[in-house]
Amino acid sequence: MSILVDENTKVICQGITGNAGTFHSLKCREYGTAMVGGVTPGKGGQDVEGMPVFDTVEEAVSETGANATMIFVPPPFTADAILEAVDAGIGVIAAITEGVPVVDMVRVYEKVKASDSILIGPNCPGLITPGSCKIGIMPGYIHNVGKVGVMSRSGTLTYEAVWQTSNLGLGQSTCVGLGGDPIVGTSFIDLFKLYEQDDQTEAILMIGEIGGTAEEEAAAYVKEHVTKPVAAFIAGRTAPPGKRMGHAGAIISGGKGTATEKVAALEDAGIVVAPTPADMGDAVVKAMAK
Amino acid sequence: MKIHEYQGKELFRQAGVPVLEGIVASSAGEAVAAYEKLGGKIAVVKSQIHAGGRGKGTVKDNPDQRGVVVCKSADEVKAAAEGLLGKTLVTIQTGEEGKTVNKVFVEAGCDIARELYLGVVLDRAAAKPVLMVSTEGGVEIETVAEETPELIFKEHFDPAIGLEAFQVRKICKKMGISGAAAKAAFKFLPAMCRFFVDYDCEMAEVNPLVITGDDQMIALDAKISFDGNALFRHKNLLEYRDLTEEEPSEVRANDAGLSYVKLDGNIGCLVNGAGLAMSTMDIIKYHGGEPANFLDVGGSASAEQVAEAFEIILSDPNCKGILVNIFGGIARCTTIAGALIEASKKIGFDVPLVVRLEGTEVEEGRKMLEESDVAVINAVDITDAAKKIVEAAG
Repeated sequence: MSILVDENTKVICQGITGNAGTFHSLKCREYGTAMVGGVTPGKGGQDVEGMPVFDTVEEAVSETGANATMIFVPPPFTADAILEAVDAGIGVIAAITEGVPVVDMVRVYEKVKASDSILIGPNCPGLITPGSCKIGIMPGYIHNVGKVGVMSRSGTLTYEAVWQTSNLGLGQSTCVGLGGDPIVGTSFIDLFKLYEQDDQTEAILMIGEIGGTAEEEAAAYVKEHVTKPVAAFIAGRTAPPGKRMGHAGAIISGGKGTATEKVAALEDAGIVVAPTPADMGDAVVKAMAK
Repeated sequence: MKIHEYQGKELFRQAGVPVLEGIVASSAGEAVAAYEKLGGKIAVVKSQIHAGGRGKGTVKDNPDQRGVVVCKSADEVKAAAEGLLGKTLVTIQTGEEGKTVNKVFVEAGCDIARELYLGVVLDRAAAKPVLMVSTEGGVEIETVAEETPELIFKEHFDPAIGLEAFQVRKICKKMGISGAAAKAAFKFLPAMCRFFVDYDCEMAEVNPLVITGDDQMIALDAKISFDGNALFRHKNLLEYRDLTEEEPSEVRANDAGLSYVKLDGNIGCLVNGAGLAMSTMDIIKYHGGEPANFLDVGGSASAEQVAEAFEIILSDPNCKGILVNIFGGIARCTTIAGALIEASKKIGFDVPLVVRLEGTEVEEGRKMLEESDVAVINAVDITDAAKKIVEAAG
């Protein structure tokens, strides 16, 4: 098995008629994802390379049986698009869009948590179960079917980790990009719960970054509840305080959220921490050998 | 985006958050005129820079000149304004280099009975905004948080509803605010929470928040920053942006849609993705080098953006070498390679260039570089790249 998505997942794209929406819907379909259609308000009835376009998510769900969505709508409309997907009962919502106002996400977060939907992102690369379902913008070919569950707050750094685990012959069960914003729909802990239950996942690699306390909370959870080998990497060990490193969430403020604190918490929980981004794959191997 | 205290107070006034009368001045003459207009009794001359700690901060080369001065005469106002305007103020938040004071805010004095702290920020763990109030006003809140966290009282609130009445009662009880002052709190605290939401603030801090001798609550300071992602619905705030407060190369990068932070080292970095960019800095340092910058060209970088990125990196005189680290996802290696070749023709690289390409269209990208006449040091992976650039940059 895998987590969240597999070969039975039927995916629509909200914002399918935009440049990025079209491009990545096609890439996902090429990879083998069951892309069953898309939504752009006002463009219902059109067709994107054989994928039908609907005006509303509700309509798309009833016509196609979609149970996952990939959101590419512009930032001012992203919160609304997520809420529409929740309302339509979509199980897995991946919001790729970068630049969503934080106040919008406060509202969305509450609604998502009160629903049965799972939100990945925003400001994330999406998620992929190699060999069966890719929802998002990651390059498909670097992935191999395998045993490592990879989760990360950063996009390209995930690719780096995936590439290393592929080259080491470990492969991945499911890779999830959580997103680089201060508020995202899914936390490391949410995924630890799923990976722990998943037969295919034999080890878990968590890639965090400076800012916030998500990694510390995850470490505490791992210490108590996770039996599988866990490896980690924290980006931003050398980042100066008070400077935002690209991601809105990646900022050390008030002396909190430093890499040193995070690494200490992770090591205390028995997690193998990679000293540099080049050692993420090795860290997984070490964790599995422990 | 950060704004100045005097600008924040303009917004406070409009939002019904009580502030004192004040006038901004760019010269000593203007400052004196402002003092006379405010009644000519007690006034406070406050330097306007985008950093906190101004009261305890001092002017470079003149340690007797503080960043905030209480004045009782026109002569004192003139001396304070002259001592501050055009000078460099160093506070605990500016770093050693300090910040130039271009404006001062001349504000009427008031009779202070109590000094409190108030801040509204986002609590990431709770995914909700939180109002924080403390009895320890006028000091660094980080210090309070560390030494006496029990003196900070927090109330989360729903952005759609704002602060509930019972939450104001709880805070007043804990802070020992009663009578007419509590009545003032019922206006002040919800107004601040509403302000935070309405303007999409990243942070709205009032330190100190004072209770006057006649039980009024007044914002004596205003430290505000806005969520850059929400500025599209607050076009009116853009006029408050003070470019003189920002690093010119960062402004230029921002205009080009690049995420760039200038640092003190000598190895320029051009990377796609924030996490990879941060870890590229980390690994350079791990192998003994010092990054000159953080630069994320983003996922869908165009050739123009990449060329601009090279120009910005090379405009830093400290830069002794550039490391390009690309893991192509949406960004294609061919785009980066093409832009690199273009940039080389246009501006020329007079420093060593180490390139590590991986991901989408990597073979084609590598081939383009090989066939060009740009002198590139190729790297096979991220460690190799870091070692090579550290060596090449000396």
